[in-house]
Amino acid sequence: MDPLALTLIELGAVVFCLGLLARLASRIGMSPIPLYLIGGLGFGAGGIVKLDGMHEFAHLSGEIGVILLLLMLGLEYTASELVTGLRRSWQAGIVDLVLNFVPGAAVALLLGWGLVGAIVMGGVTYISSSGIAAKVITDLGRIGNRETPVVLAILVFEDLTMAVYLPILTAILAGVGFLGGLQTVGIALAVVTVVLLVALKHGHRVSQAVHSENSEVFLLNVLGLALLVAGLASALQVSAAVGAFMLGIAISGATAHNATRILEPLRDLFAAIFFVAFGLNTDPSTIPPVLLFALLLALLTAATKMLTGIWAAKRAGIAMPGRFRAGAALIARGEFSIVIAGLAVTSGAVPRELAALATAYVLLMAVIGPLAARFVEPVVKTIRRPRRPALAEAR
Amino acid sequence: MNVDETELPGLGVRKDFITASGRRIGVVELREGETELFVSTWDDPDTCQASIPLTADEAAALGNLLGGQHIAMRLAEAHKEIPGIVTRQFSITADSPFQNQPMGKAQIRTRSGVSIVAIMREGEVVPSPAPDVVLHTGDLLVAVGTQEGLDSAAAILRNG
Repeated sequence: MDPLALTLIELGAVVFCLGLLARLASRIGMSPIPLYLIGGLGFGAGGIVKLDGMHEFAHLSGEIGVILLLLMLGLEYTASELVTGLRRSWQAGIVDLVLNFVPGAAVALLLGWGLVGAIVMGGVTYISSSGIAAKVITDLGRIGNRETPVVLAILVFEDLTMAVYLPILTAILAGVGFLGGLQTVGIALAVVTVVLLVALKHGHRVSQAVHSENSEVFLLNVLGLALLVAGLASALQVSAAVGAFMLGIAISGATAHNATRILEPLRDLFAAIFFVAFGLNTDPSTIPPVLLFALLLALLTAATKMLTGIWAAKRAGIAMPGRFRAGAALIARGEFSIVIAGLAVTSGAVPRELAALATAYVLLMAVIGPLAARFVEPVVKTIRRPRRPALAEAR
Repeated sequence: MNVDETELPGLGVRKDFITASGRRIGVVELREGETELFVSTWDDPDTCQASIPLTADEAAALGNLLGGQHIAMRLAEAHKEIPGIVTRQFSITADSPFQNQPMGKAQIRTRSGVSIVAIMREGEVVPSPAPDVVLHTGDLLVAVGTQEGLDSAAAILRNG
């Protein structure tokens, strides 16, 4: 068959299947990410159907998907929100980082994946899914809850950490030495600081530069600028995704709101292809051997996120049930764990089993997270209630 | 009254206070311009018993109802001495013939003897509105007059 025709047929079939999966996900009220990953596993190397024609396209689209994911994450926050969030929650953020980075890194070392593998897996288990967390909070009617700002502040801290972590990761994966690594960290920190300062003082000018009443012009402006900035960041070894994230932060106000609206469908499409492309590159037969480790990590890091939330909420003066709600809201891992694992696997600097472990882990956490958030409250209540009569009897 | 304002990064701003009866009540102003109204449960002030999404129109209408009640009560208090004078509120619905028209067009005072003493709009009060004030859906008119006058004013606002 003509290669173009083959590519189109494969791509069409895959996107159509993703549509079915997304509909299934919304029917049962869960995040579509795990289903996309499973879809990718089914189509890819060693899966049920083997698709070769769309490989190149899927790869580039996946990269664009990552850029859009991070751009939209940046658009969600204004620079001042990030700065106040950082000021208010840095202690909780550091507890979060230590408690949740260590388990992933330890398991990677245990499996003999070396320091690079440890840094990658630490990132995978550290970063909560802000997408799933936000959905859980709105779906469960917890927007007005007192623990919600605590949860959001931790998510903000995590996202800012990503802006420093991703460049370091990119440098390490590229195999630069210690000095080169330091240089990259320096550049990353400088870029983050400069962008935050510029966004605080001149955010409206950046917004003005891309803004247009014509939605077509606006779309092309924002998308073009995002790809340009991402490309430049990538050339400076600061990671394309972080460039897009910083651009998102610099754009603010009504322009950011409009950009979110206009980019959302594009993000949904390209991010879906990114998750599938990640699944495509993972051989399903590599999953069963790491399944036990994935399960272990899932239980361990569900507990550590729970502890993080409980600690942070306690500091904010939240009562017992609210502390558990805060912890449970943080459990879900999703899009950014896959972004980190994807970066690592594409570079070839880590063993392929890492992709399998990350996939299995995210599949578990994207399902466990929302379930935990939903059922933590009744569970805490039933555990706490019987105690009181027991105490009364003792008296 | 001490209203707490808390930023919710990525979502909006929460504004709430504790009522005399011990409940936390407030709104979250979402980025998309919508409002979430919430009331805490009685046993755990951290959590919400109800969290109700409101569109901009609905939020404005609710604000008018709450504020309008207060104004109407004060007016009723003021008119208590005058027998036969009653205060009533009329809301401008989407199917009202006078929506997006200047109020003077309804000629309420000429036709029914009723005075419109205030308009409640988006939680704000427009006191003694002039005839050229344009009426919008969701506006709450505070009217003072006799029982019969108010009945005919209601009919005018409903049917034109």
